[in-house]
Amino acid sequence: MPPRAACSPWRVRIAIIDTSTTRAAIIAEGLRDAGLDDQVVLDPAGPLVRQIEACAPEVVLINLENPSRDQLEDFFAMSRALGRPIAMFVDQSDAESALAAVDAGVSAYVVDGLARQRIKPVLDVAIRRFQAFSRLQAELAEARTALADRQTIDRAKAILMRRRGIDEPAAYALLRRHAMQSNRRIAEVAEAIVTSDALMGDLP
Amino acid sequence: MSTERLRVGFLPLVDAALPILAHELGFAEAEGLAIELVRDVTWATVRDRLIYGHTDAAHMVAPLAIATALGRTGPAMAMAVPFVLGLNGNAITFSAALGKACGLGEMLGEPHAVGAALRATAMARKLRFGVVHRYSSHNYMLRYWLAGVGIRPDTDVEIVVTSPPFAADALASGEVDGICVGEPWNSIAVDRGVGRIALATAQIWRRGVEKVLAMRADVAADRGDATQRLIRALHAAAAHFVRPDTAEGSAAILARPAYLDAPADAILRAITDRIRLVRGGEPVHYPDFMFQYREAANFPWRSQAAWLYAQMTRWDGRGYDAGDAAIAAATFRPDLYRAALAGSGAVLPGASSKLEGALGEPIGAGSTQGRLVLGNDRFFDGRAFDPDDIPAYLAGLP
Repeated sequence: MPPRAACSPWRVRIAIIDTSTTRAAIIAEGLRDAGLDDQVVLDPAGPLVRQIEACAPEVVLINLENPSRDQLEDFFAMSRALGRPIAMFVDQSDAESALAAVDAGVSAYVVDGLARQRIKPVLDVAIRRFQAFSRLQAELAEARTALADRQTIDRAKAILMRRRGIDEPAAYALLRRHAMQSNRRIAEVAEAIVTSDALMGDLP
Repeated sequence: MSTERLRVGFLPLVDAALPILAHELGFAEAEGLAIELVRDVTWATVRDRLIYGHTDAAHMVAPLAIATALGRTGPAMAMAVPFVLGLNGNAITFSAALGKACGLGEMLGEPHAVGAALRATAMARKLRFGVVHRYSSHNYMLRYWLAGVGIRPDTDVEIVVTSPPFAADALASGEVDGICVGEPWNSIAVDRGVGRIALATAQIWRRGVEKVLAMRADVAADRGDATQRLIRALHAAAAHFVRPDTAEGSAAILARPAYLDAPADAILRAITDRIRLVRGGEPVHYPDFMFQYREAANFPWRSQAAWLYAQMTRWDGRGYDAGDAAIAAATFRPDLYRAALAGSGAVLPGASSKLEGALGEPIGAGSTQGRLVLGNDRFFDGRAFDPDDIPAYLAGLP
């Protein structure tokens, strides 16, 4: 086993386990920016337990949806290899930080006896980075949907212009009016037109 | 009647059927209840969502509900189990190599005989078995059987945790020699040709408590009306689920990507008690492989919780504690079950606790509503469990 990082009172060794390597990198960067640079990002495809034993962390951060959580908790419950038992982080004096972590989608385990003031900054960074990552993902999904919508609407307009012999503004107005009347999004109406054209476009 | 809303967590397993069917087939709606199902892949996350209020109730391995109430996996949190989601439905699957070494035949073997064959192999080479969670019925059933056939868990065999969807991979890679998991994951390992089913857990205990509906005790109290509606909806779903003519429809719903995301035929085999033991083999009919609804199977007997606590004491290496035993038994809430189903057609047992494993054949039992008949509930070793004397039971175990 490598020498314990805990020898230095100022350092906290952190292990990051995340099914998303991008998010793991974002968290690692956030921790480094906060001066918490003693960290190991585990290989999600590698042997989990052996990697943890090798790096002997004092704090383990893992995404809530990671399929290895049950295995990890069992290891923490059984193993004496780490010298000190690791348990789920639950700050009884401040239940909100544990809740905030779960809300953000991250779960933290800490070695027994690690002082609260040394855990708090790690958790705060992890929570903020998880939240930022979720926001980015939501924005990306939104942008993708907007782009797909745009393309569908363009195709529907082209179909209407061809089949009804109208110009683009008229085709758009037709789409818009129909969407309002049927209480649907313009993109949904456009989607229906594209689909029906694909199935029946060659019929008279 | 205004609609109540409850979020219910689950893992993709056949025995998550009742909340899924209650939602899909309108049993919840008929009770004025909207169920939002929340799917996860680990019990740890199902538990955390329940504790921190992302969900109001959850499909959960019974021992984990008790371990949570006792603070064995994190902070102690008072829990309420008002409904049992099913009995048994799990199997022990050996890797293809271990199955061969033990000379497993075309039919399900007798537990002592399979145990003797396994023992011969286990003494030559230290085997490793995977279970789905430290605090799972799978772990306790496997250990109960191993210890009963002279194989010491943790000493003669290693027992590790393997997530059900990865169990077949673990068998294939040789990471484990056997698994004890729920369906359809045994059948999937069989169909891939990487394992063969050695035993059904129903052979170890004919009426073994499996998944439960777990809630935080304070949520069950604060949302009393919604909880009652959920219990009634689950009970109606159970009545539907056991009708032979509904099996195919239920399997098709469970197979969907949003639920189990698994082959419908493997799910159907589990529901209809037909188990394919080896790839290409004819499914074997094993009655009550998975048990539901009949014999008031959904009633949360306090004696079931007491048995689980006894096993927890046995394998956690902590001594018996009368206070912990009382907390464990009180986690199961027959009072909530009765209150929700009073005045319905449901059978309500008169007692809240019983001797477990004492019945060899069906017998009438006391009830306050409907006619209760309890069937064979034996353990494979013939031992019975008296919930009122756990220390004596523990002292008599191998």
